[in-house]
Amino acid sequence: MRFERKDLLGTRDLSAAEIRYLLESAESFKEISERPLKKVPALRGKTVINLFFEPSTRTRTSFEIAAKRLSADAVNMSASTSSVVKGESLIDTVDNIQAMAPDIIVVRHKFVGAAHMIAERVGASVVNAGDGANEHPTQALLDLLTMSEHKTLGPDLTVAIIGDIAHSRVARSNIWALTALGITVRVCAPPTMLPRGLDEIPGVVVCKRVEEALAGVDVVMMLRIQLERQDRLLFPSIRDYARVFGLNRQRLDLAAPDAIVMHPGPMNRGVEITSEVADSDRAVILNQVTNGVALRMAVLFLLGGQGHE
Amino acid sequence: MSHRDEHSISSAQDVAQMLKRVAFEIVDRNVDSEKLVLVGILTRGVSLARRLQKIVGETIECELPMGVLDITLYRDDLSTATHHPVVRKTEIPFSLDGATVILVDDVLYTGRTVRAAMDSLIDFGRPQSIQLAVLVDRGCRELPIAADFVGIRVPASPQDRVMVRVEESDGFDKITVMPRDTMSGESN
Repeated sequence: MRFERKDLLGTRDLSAAEIRYLLESAESFKEISERPLKKVPALRGKTVINLFFEPSTRTRTSFEIAAKRLSADAVNMSASTSSVVKGESLIDTVDNIQAMAPDIIVVRHKFVGAAHMIAERVGASVVNAGDGANEHPTQALLDLLTMSEHKTLGPDLTVAIIGDIAHSRVARSNIWALTALGITVRVCAPPTMLPRGLDEIPGVVVCKRVEEALAGVDVVMMLRIQLERQDRLLFPSIRDYARVFGLNRQRLDLAAPDAIVMHPGPMNRGVEITSEVADSDRAVILNQVTNGVALRMAVLFLLGGQGHE
Repeated sequence: MSHRDEHSISSAQDVAQMLKRVAFEIVDRNVDSEKLVLVGILTRGVSLARRLQKIVGETIECELPMGVLDITLYRDDLSTATHHPVVRKTEIPFSLDGATVILVDDVLYTGRTVRAAMDSLIDFGRPQSIQLAVLVDRGCRELPIAADFVGIRVPASPQDRVMVRVEESDGFDKITVMPRDTMSGESN
């Protein structure tokens, strides 16, 4: 097995073999972050540009740390400090960055397909760190990596994804990746947050009630409610949402006794998840963050070390 | 794989003898070492290090700590390699500070693997010394590196392929030399 792609734009077009290869590679990178000297020379002399047109702390930091632990030179560019605020178009920004000969561009943009467009335009490898509500592949892969520490990834596994599915690139990337591995995905959301056609995807089960979604599942993945979207009235009130869809101790008891709880962060404590659950030993939320670095190291290594002519 | 033109150097029995001698030499030279550890280079170096660990353990009645090293991320040809070798897990579950490290590999050829391994080891701490044990020294060095303990010296040209097979990964122990054009896609 080889990973021969130039870019990582989504999980939708990844094969099960590619996903497993990425996870297996990431497994080997975990140990580097536990060393006294957390650095290997693998990407020495390579330049990684983190191009973030949307605010992000965790993902950008995670990519930056991953690049630095591989000895790459990581440069951060965020929209608020870039020429975007001076009116430059995305294409001009990208052309300028390409002119500085980076090896990898990590991009987050509010428009669906932004990373794809950039990938077609530049010779550098492009990693999609979120394009609108479309995909966020490294998040899904780090979620799988975290699951694999506790569960066997395969047809015997059932994962519940609960929350704002419609606006979540995390949910989308997870649904593609999980179903590619034959894992059953139950989704549950208020009707206003549920995209149409979900139940047509093989392996996806849409549940109306959260209790139904949780019954006996092995993994519970809670999504962040985007409070900033609340002006669009997707649900009556935050309190109602917490009451009907929030994960609390009683609801978690419906899941399998050894079920794990995941959240891509940042959490709204008391809304989609109670502090009791988030801080319990069932939660693997901080492991997700730790694994994010290893997974992104594997991705940068596999994309960045090779010439794509 | 074609076994035509394959010239067998050593059988399983010979390999066992060589390892035994190397183990004794290691013990002999390091009687005074306070912290002697073995580190095998993946894949076959690890199998050989495990066997050395067993023989040394039986000799001095004390089990030496053993680590596993993957040198992929330290290779000097990463940017020119057409594809990446799979990165495997490095496991050094002890401190290398002040340790005498016996680095173990199957074949010593250009010396580049050993260079990468030494760089990697030094990132884990400051060993008192690093000594190199190999089953086969085939010559043709490209870097100024020499082994401290050698099972067998096989003078071979760069056109030859020297292959060590070990029971753990190949089902049997054997050292062979064959012309490069008859070999399979595997490389050292």
